[in-house]
Amino acid sequence: MSQLVGLYNYWVVIVLMMAGLYILIARYNLVKKMIGLGVFQTSIFYLYITMGKVDGGTAPILLEDAPDTVYSNPLPHVLILTAIVVGVATTAVALALTVRIHEAFGTIEEDEIKAIEAAEPEA
Amino acid sequence: MIEHLVIGALLTFLVVIAIGIIVLRDLLAAVVLLGLYSLVAAGAFIVMDAVDVAFTEAAVGAGISTILFLGALSFTSHEQKPRGNDSIVAAVFVVITGALLIYGTLDMPHYGSAASPAQTHPELAVRFIERSAGEVGPPNLVTSVLGSYRGYDTLGETVVVFAAGIAVLSLLGLRRRGSPGNLPPEAPGSAPGLTPVPAPHDPAAETSGAIDPATGPRRYARQRHRVLQVVTKLIVPFVLLFALYVQFHGDYGPGGGFQAGVIFASAFILHGLIFGLQRTRQVMPPSVVRMLMAGGVLIYGGTGAVTMLLGGNLLDYDVLAHDPLHGQHWGLFAIELGVGVTVTGVMISLFYAFASRRSDDREPARDADGSTPTGATTGAGGTPRAGDASTPGA
Repeated sequence: MSQLVGLYNYWVVIVLMMAGLYILIARYNLVKKMIGLGVFQTSIFYLYITMGKVDGGTAPILLEDAPDTVYSNPLPHVLILTAIVVGVATTAVALALTVRIHEAFGTIEEDEIKAIEAAEPEA
Repeated sequence: MIEHLVIGALLTFLVVIAIGIIVLRDLLAAVVLLGLYSLVAAGAFIVMDAVDVAFTEAAVGAGISTILFLGALSFTSHEQKPRGNDSIVAAVFVVITGALLIYGTLDMPHYGSAASPAQTHPELAVRFIERSAGEVGPPNLVTSVLGSYRGYDTLGETVVVFAAGIAVLSLLGLRRRGSPGNLPPEAPGSAPGLTPVPAPHDPAAETSGAIDPATGPRRYARQRHRVLQVVTKLIVPFVLLFALYVQFHGDYGPGGGFQAGVIFASAFILHGLIFGLQRTRQVMPPSVVRMLMAGGVLIYGGTGAVTMLLGGNLLDYDVLAHDPLHGQHWGLFAIELGVGVTVTGVMISLFYAFASRRSDDREPARDADGSTPTGATTGAGGTPRAGDASTPGA
């Protein structure tokens, strides 16, 4: 039981991660793949924040009149805070590439793109 | 115990949403679910004390990222094609990987454990919590770690955001295919009030106000959503003010440059969604946006250069003032400003890049509405007539 309560967060993170991975592998649509990557990415954020949490702790903003306060670990927060913004920027690059692929091939389904490329190998 | 239950419930929501995303073939719905997924995750981050992260995730994941996905979807199809061939193989692979990872968690420190290595390493969390007040200053430890202890790292992240902005601009923003033949005959001057510029081949829309079902979804930004327009006009100043608060109060509460930049940009994105890209470009010309992108990195890097010229290490703010704590204060202020400016610029330019691709065929209308002269005076190689404000040197 204590295993379940103590590790439930990690297990859910893994389930979410695998959901994202499944979308990445099994779906041919490039936008859908990006959505899967978003699911995967957010689950990693969750993993880090879980590791920073301390029982009975509070947000890592120092209180002047309470020297005995327990604070959660600020380091994972910093790492993930920047990762989120970098994540959206790189997602935008991927989406821009998808838009250009759609302009070039008329489709964003991976298998159709491969078929078109196979049809004109010199293109 | 209550906390554990709340977390458990939120996590279960996340799993349900993830399953929904897998099952749905409608990409539009999947994108909206992804936004919801981010919002629920942000709620869980708050319960786990990560207020700054929750702030960012709510603004970025549920806000800007959803807009970008919708922007990309407007160029492509809204449905994914049905595929079932290798789903069994993928499912088996994913289940095996997941089982191995779960096996790997069995000896992880339990959730909330104060004795885990992450919490007890003397040079990381312990040092930040015990000595940051004397070494850096700000009560918000996330700000002091982000700006001072891990200043190099944040500089790198800012440059990555900047580089991603450049990449999107070069993929989407620089190619032009506007032709003067598409210039709407009565567009300039005919819409002085709230009325958006009508579609060139649909002059009836201006008088009747009817939404043409054929062109309606494509031109959502140009239709007259009067209630949304009034509400947007009321909200935008407060969003901007809040962004400034988040920027400058980040030392003392949740917030900082990353969040403020995203919120600041979201005000302009909201404006662009409701009033149309042309009007937003008048308020915030693309040339200014590009200067913001580069300017923030310049401020950040410049702060590092100044600290070196004053005899310290790169981004060692102690040398910026006679008192090290004052120096840290100045340094944090400068680099948070740099981060905020760059993130604002990049987020707005991402929105412009995706949104302007759709309206390229109506670009010449800008000649009359005043944004081109701005581009012509600041753009290096852009010509006032043929060149677009966002393509100097293209």
